[in-house]
Amino acid sequence: MSAEKELRVRPIRNGTVIDRILAGQAMNVLKILGIKGAYSDVVTMAMNVPSKALGQKDIVKIENRELEEKELDKISLISTGATINIIRDFEVADKYQVELPEIVESMVKCINPNCISNTKEPVTSKFEVKKDPVQLRCIYCENIITENIAEHLL
Amino acid sequence: MRFERRHIISMKDFTRDEMEYVLDRAAKLEPLARGGRSDLLAGKILALLFYEPSTRTRMSFETAMLRLGGNVLNLGSKEATSIVKGETLADMIRVVSTYSDAIVQRHPSEGSALMAAEFSSVPIINGGDGAGHHPTQTLLDLYTIRKESHLDNLDIAIVGDLKYGRTVHSLTYALSLYGANITLVSPPQLKMPDQIKADLKARGARVRETENLEETLDCIDVLYMTRIQKERFPDPTEYKKVAGAYKITTGHLGNVRDSMIIMHPLPRVYEIDSSVDTSSHARYFEQSFYGVPIRMALLTIVMGVGV
Repeated sequence: MSAEKELRVRPIRNGTVIDRILAGQAMNVLKILGIKGAYSDVVTMAMNVPSKALGQKDIVKIENRELEEKELDKISLISTGATINIIRDFEVADKYQVELPEIVESMVKCINPNCISNTKEPVTSKFEVKKDPVQLRCIYCENIITENIAEHLL
Repeated sequence: MRFERRHIISMKDFTRDEMEYVLDRAAKLEPLARGGRSDLLAGKILALLFYEPSTRTRMSFETAMLRLGGNVLNLGSKEATSIVKGETLADMIRVVSTYSDAIVQRHPSEGSALMAAEFSSVPIINGGDGAGHHPTQTLLDLYTIRKESHLDNLDIAIVGDLKYGRTVHSLTYALSLYGANITLVSPPQLKMPDQIKADLKARGARVRETENLEETLDCIDVLYMTRIQKERFPDPTEYKKVAGAYKITTGHLGNVRDSMIIMHPLPRVYEIDSSVDTSSHARYFEQSFYGVPIRMALLTIVMGVGV
């Protein structure tokens, strides 16, 4: 078991391990973190890893990077149960689950093309967040996003 | 009731007590709306920013203001303003709110009234934001129902475009606070969205759906007709068929309750035959007039003037 684990997930000295990502969402997590192709540090991604609690999960490890609050909020929208492990000098310095914010601002584009937040007006998008399942309700036009939230991330 | 300097954006901002407060004030002001003269709003200025065509909403706000002794600033045609130069709504609101004591706005984008409220230093009254809200229409509908019929234990049929019609969504929301018995009558392609129906039921309304207008007519207190827009139908033949099936004529009125009233937010196209206009059931022109006392009430409330 441990040999298999080591093969899949090599320990890192400093950085972040995002664990328990909803299976299939790892690529979207990379997109949220702006990692598309050329990137200077080591990034490891594992998809559909067997998990006792989830059946299957994805894992993303990024060396030499700790995440910003906005990035964590975005990850929570697409994978509410994801856990963040901050690694410093090979030790887990901090570990917590991402938390869904009550309001998200300037993170998601409204699906309604006729919404005021999709015009040249000086307003940014703003959504109320509901849990179980995640629903985003635009505070301007009241349209609700329930599916494929990753596609609408700004 | 804390209304002074409050924005009027959506019916969802109102409790039932607040709605009744507005309706009661409108009832007090109705004699003035019928041709009286008052100086309640003397020295006050109302700005009308209509980015889309409007007849009843714009003119009834103007009438309300003038009958109460106030003045009106009108945006006029878009071509004559800085909108053609590309000025944003936000900038327009910032500027106009320094000229006036309240602003009535109609704009084609959903959420525009809420955004305007964020930039305005005076109350914004939403006169329609795209397919979003039109709260003053709902308040005048409630006023009409309360005055010409009754709000408690109401049996109402709402007919026509229940999918896109903003007035219908706001009205059914308000009626749900009174536990109304609502029959939704529409062709299948224009049915009310499931989410709105679920919300109505959760708030205590009884909701039934049918495609058949005639079967509902003899057991209702209010028949609320709406316009079915041609552009909703890709096939013109289909439109004609549907428009014909949801048209009221005097021939339909034989077995209805004596007290049943017919309402329509206007403008109508084919939905109500002109022969119905002289029947004892027609109330759509009175309904249109009630927009004046309702808007008088709202103007005095947001400008903080007692009656």
